[in-house]
Amino acid sequence: MSPNALPFSDETRFFTPMAWLRTLLRVTDPWLFGVVLALLAISWTMIVSAGPERLESLQTHIALALVLMLATAVIPLRHIVRIAPILYLLGVLLLIAVALFGDVSKGARRWLDIGVTRIQPSELMKLAVPLALAWYFQQRENALRAHDFIIAFVLLGIPVALIAMQPDLGTALLVTAAGLYVIFFAGLPWKLIIPAVLLAVGGLLAIIGFGDILCVPEFDWVVLHEYQKQRICTLLDPSQDPLGRGFHVIQSTIAIGSGGMWGKGWLQGTQTHLAFIPERHTDFIFSVLCEEFGFVGVLVLIALYILLIGRGMTFTATATTFAGRLLAGAITMIFFTYAFVNMGMVSGILPVVGVPLPFISYGGTSLVSLCIAVGLLMNIRHHSRLIAQG
Amino acid sequence: MTEFPHPGQLLARFRRRATVAMLFVLICFGVLVARLYFLQVVRFDHYHARAEGNRMALLPIVPNRGVIRDAKGRELARNYSAYTLEINPSLVKNMDATIDRLSRIVTIEERDRRRFYRQLKDSKYFESVPIRTHLTDEEVARIIARRYRFPGVEVQARLFRDYPEGVHTAHVIGYIGRINDRDLEKINENNDTANYRGSEYIGKSGLEESYEKELHGTTGFEQVEINAGGRAMRSLSSTEAQPGNDLELTLDIELQKVAEAAFAGRRGALVAIDPKTGGILALVSLPSFDPNEFIEGISTQSWRALSDSPDHPLLNRAIYSAYPPGSTFKPFMAMAGLETGRRSPGQYFSRQGYFSFAGHTYYDSKSKCQTGVNIHVSLTYSCNIFYYQLAQDLGIDAIAKFMRPFDFGHRTGIDISGEAEGVLPSPEWKRKRFKKPEQQTWFGGETLSVGIGQGYNAYTPLQMANALAALVNYGVMYRPHLVKNIIDSRTGERRPVEPEPMRTIKLRKRNVSTVLGAMADVTRLGTAKTAFRGAPYSAGGKTGTAQVFSLHGQRYNAGRISERLRDHSWFIGFAPAQDPQIVLAVLVENGGFGSVSAAPIARQVMDYHLLGSQDDDAAQATDVAAAPAQTPPAQ
Repeated sequence: MSPNALPFSDETRFFTPMAWLRTLLRVTDPWLFGVVLALLAISWTMIVSAGPERLESLQTHIALALVLMLATAVIPLRHIVRIAPILYLLGVLLLIAVALFGDVSKGARRWLDIGVTRIQPSELMKLAVPLALAWYFQQRENALRAHDFIIAFVLLGIPVALIAMQPDLGTALLVTAAGLYVIFFAGLPWKLIIPAVLLAVGGLLAIIGFGDILCVPEFDWVVLHEYQKQRICTLLDPSQDPLGRGFHVIQSTIAIGSGGMWGKGWLQGTQTHLAFIPERHTDFIFSVLCEEFGFVGVLVLIALYILLIGRGMTFTATATTFAGRLLAGAITMIFFTYAFVNMGMVSGILPVVGVPLPFISYGGTSLVSLCIAVGLLMNIRHHSRLIAQG
Repeated sequence: MTEFPHPGQLLARFRRRATVAMLFVLICFGVLVARLYFLQVVRFDHYHARAEGNRMALLPIVPNRGVIRDAKGRELARNYSAYTLEINPSLVKNMDATIDRLSRIVTIEERDRRRFYRQLKDSKYFESVPIRTHLTDEEVARIIARRYRFPGVEVQARLFRDYPEGVHTAHVIGYIGRINDRDLEKINENNDTANYRGSEYIGKSGLEESYEKELHGTTGFEQVEINAGGRAMRSLSSTEAQPGNDLELTLDIELQKVAEAAFAGRRGALVAIDPKTGGILALVSLPSFDPNEFIEGISTQSWRALSDSPDHPLLNRAIYSAYPPGSTFKPFMAMAGLETGRRSPGQYFSRQGYFSFAGHTYYDSKSKCQTGVNIHVSLTYSCNIFYYQLAQDLGIDAIAKFMRPFDFGHRTGIDISGEAEGVLPSPEWKRKRFKKPEQQTWFGGETLSVGIGQGYNAYTPLQMANALAALVNYGVMYRPHLVKNIIDSRTGERRPVEPEPMRTIKLRKRNVSTVLGAMADVTRLGTAKTAFRGAPYSAGGKTGTAQVFSLHGQRYNAGRISERLRDHSWFIGFAPAQDPQIVLAVLVENGGFGSVSAAPIARQVMDYHLLGSQDDDAAQATDVAAAPAQTPPAQ
C-alpha cells in the first residue's frame, strides 16, 4: 500500500484525527481552494453592502459549505459513483411526489413538505443527474454504442420533464445543461451536435429578429408559459414595461453602467442602497458588484471564474477513470453555465432566469451544493494523482 | 448507426473536447466582458447620468388622519393645512450654509435645526425633510421670491393636527406626536412598516393612541420619476391613500366644559356615564394641559413645568389614579348586605352610637345615626357604625366576592389604554401584594375599614361611576366607552363600538330599589341636601370623604392641617332618580367633606345635562348651584 493511500484503505487509521488532517491536506487542491476562498470573500464583501442583516447566516452557510466540501473530497470517489443511481432514483421519486403533493408557491409547484422542513428536489437533481449519467457511462466504458446515448437522453429527459412541468424552466435548463455536458464529454458525435447547435442559434436569431411580432400579447407561443414568453420579450425590449417586468433589467443595467471603470466604491452604490436593484443579495448581486467595483471588479471576478474553470478542466483532462473525467468536465461546465447565465441575465444579454451567481449570491442551498461539487473535483484530482503515483 | 472507436482514441478525443469546451467558455466570457465594457466604459456617461438624475422613486402618500367629533358633531381633533419649508438633501451641497442663508429670510430657531438634523439622519436622501412648519403667508412669499437661489429648498403644503378644545380634551383625546424609536419598534412588530412610510406622527396617548389603527388610514404610493433637480418629473403610477376613519364620541364637550368650570380651579376628576349604553358623557381630570404643545415635540422648558408640577397635570386622574372611595362605597356594601340576606330593609338597629372591636370603641357622633338605623337611614346620613357591623357580619371574603362583578379592583375595559386596576382588598389580595409573611395576614379590623370604604380600598373615579351605572341599571353592565361610532372613511358607514351589555349581575329588584331610594333621600334630606336644594328633578347620590392622612385620635380640623393632607371629597350620583340618564362620580382632591366640595359639582353637571338644552341661562343656574362650593377652604 502506498503511503499516499486514503485512510479508508486502512481501518485502524480511519478514525485518528492526525490521519484525517494529513488526508485533508493531501486532498485539498490549493489552487481550487484558494479561488473558492477568494470568491467567498467577494461574496462576504458584497453582502455587507447588499444585505448586511444576512451576514451572520452567510457565515454559517460558508462554514457548513466548506466542511461539506472537504468531507466530499475525502470520501472515495467510487463510493460516491456507486450511490449515484440511488440518488437519481430518490430524486425522481421526490419529483413525482412534488407533482402529486407539492406545495404551490408563486404559481409553481416546487416544494415538498417532509414534515421537518420543505425541500426542493429539483435542487438535488442538479448534481444527481450528472452523477447518474457518469455512473451509467462508466458501466459501459469500453463498449459505448449508439443506444447508450439514447438511454442517457432518456435518463436525462425524465427529471427534466418533471421539473419543467412544475413549471421551473430555469432549473430544467440547468439540469439539461449538466446532463448534456456529460453526454458531450462521453463522446456524442459532432455530426449530431452541430445541427442541434445550429438549430438553437437559428431559433434565437428568429426570436430576436421577429421579436416585435412574436411579443404581441395575442401571439401564443404554445410550448412556453406566458410568464416565460414575457421574460424573453422583456429581454428584447425592457423599455416596453419599465415598472413591471422590465424594471429589474433596466435598473440593473443602470447600476452596471453607472459603475464605470472603477466603480462608485464599496457601500457607495446609489442604485443598490436606494433599493432600485431587486433581489440585490441573491440573483442580482452581480449588478451590485458592477456598480460598486466597476469594470475592474468585473474583470477580477471573471478572472477568478476562469481560474476555477481552467483548474477544473485540467482535472478533467488528467482524470484516470471515465466517470471521473465525465464528472469533472460536467461540474466544471456547470460552474461556467451558472456564472455565465447569471452575469448574462443581469447585464441584459440573456433572459431573466432564477440562477444564482455561483459562490457570490446569498443562498444556503446553492452554496452548499456548489461546494460539494468543488469537493468532488478535488476528490477526482486526488484519486487521479494516487493512481498516477501508485 | 455510428460505430464508436476503442478506448485509446477515446481519451485523445476526450482531451480535444475538453479543449473545445474551454474555448467555448473563453468565448462566452469574452462576449460578457465585451458587453460589460460597452455598458461600463463606452456608455458610462449615459448610465451615470441616468443613475444620478433619472431615478424612479416610490413616494408614500400619507393618508389624512381621521377626525374626532363629540356626540353633537363638534370637532375635537381635526387636520388643517399649513406651509412647511423643506429641504431635499440630495440637492444641497453645504447644508449648514444653506440653512444659515435661509435663516436670514425666515426665522429658523436652534430647535428647528436640531430637529431637522435628527430627521435627516433617518430619511432617504432623496426625500425632503422639513425644517420649519407653519410658515406665515409673508414667509412663504419671501421664500418663493428667492427660490432660484436655493436649489433643493421647497415650500410644501402639509396637513397638521389640531385640538381646538385643547385643555378640555387633553385627557380624553390625548395627542399625537412624532414617531420615535420606541414607536418604530412597535410599528415593526405589528408589521405596519410599509403603512407608516411617510407618516411622521402616531397617537401617543388617549383615544389618539388606542384608536391609532382606525385613525391612521392606509398609506398610498406614487411611483415617480425624479430628475437631476430632485423634483418629481412625472407620476408613473399611483395608489391613492385611504384616509383614516373618523370617530364619533359619546362625550359632550359642552358638558365637559361645564364640569371643568364647576371644579373652580381645584384638582380632581369627574366621570359621567350614560347608564343605558355605558357611553361616557364627560371625563374630566384637573388640572389639564394643552395637547397641541406635544404634537411637534414639546419644548424642554414646558415639559419640565408640566412634569415637575406638584399638581401632576399630565396624570389622568379619572382612570389612572385610584382613591379610597370613602362612604361612596356604602351603597354597594348595603347591596351586599341585602343580597346576601344579612340585612333586610325593615331591620332596625338601636344603640348605634358606639361599636366595640378588639378593645376599641368607635363612636358615631351624628344624632341621626344613634338610634333606629336601618339601610335607608344609614345611607341617607352615612352612618359608620352600621357598616362596621355589616362588614363584620359579612366577612371580607363575601364582600370581595360580591364587589368583584362590579369591576371594583379590575379594569373596566374603557377604550383608553393603561387604566388603573385599583384595589379590591381581600386576604388573597394581601397575600399576593405583600412579600413578608407578617404583612400577609388579614386582620379583622381591616374588614371594618373596608366596610366604610377606607383601608386598602382604592378605586378610580371611572370604576366608581361604572359600578354605580350597573347598580342603577339593576345589574346590567355596559363596558364604559368614549367612542360611539367609527365612521368608515370610504363608505361613510357607522360602526357602533359597544352596543351590547357586557354582563348582567344578578340583583333583586327590590333590593336595588331600596338602595336607590335611600340614595334619592341623600339629596333630599341627607348629606347632599344643601347641594341639591331647589333642583327641578330628583337625583340620587352618596357623598364620601376619603382619608388621606390618619390623625390618630385627634380631631379633624381642615383649617389646621396642610392642604395636601386634607381628605378627598367624593360624590357619586344619578339623575333623574326614576329613570337615570346620567350617572357620575366626582372626586375633589383634598376637598374635604364630599357634601361640601364634590356634591355641588355633580349638581352643576346634572343641571346642564338635564336642563341645559331647555334653559339658555344654564350658566346662571350653575352659578347659583356653585355658590356653596365657594365657602370651603379649598382655594
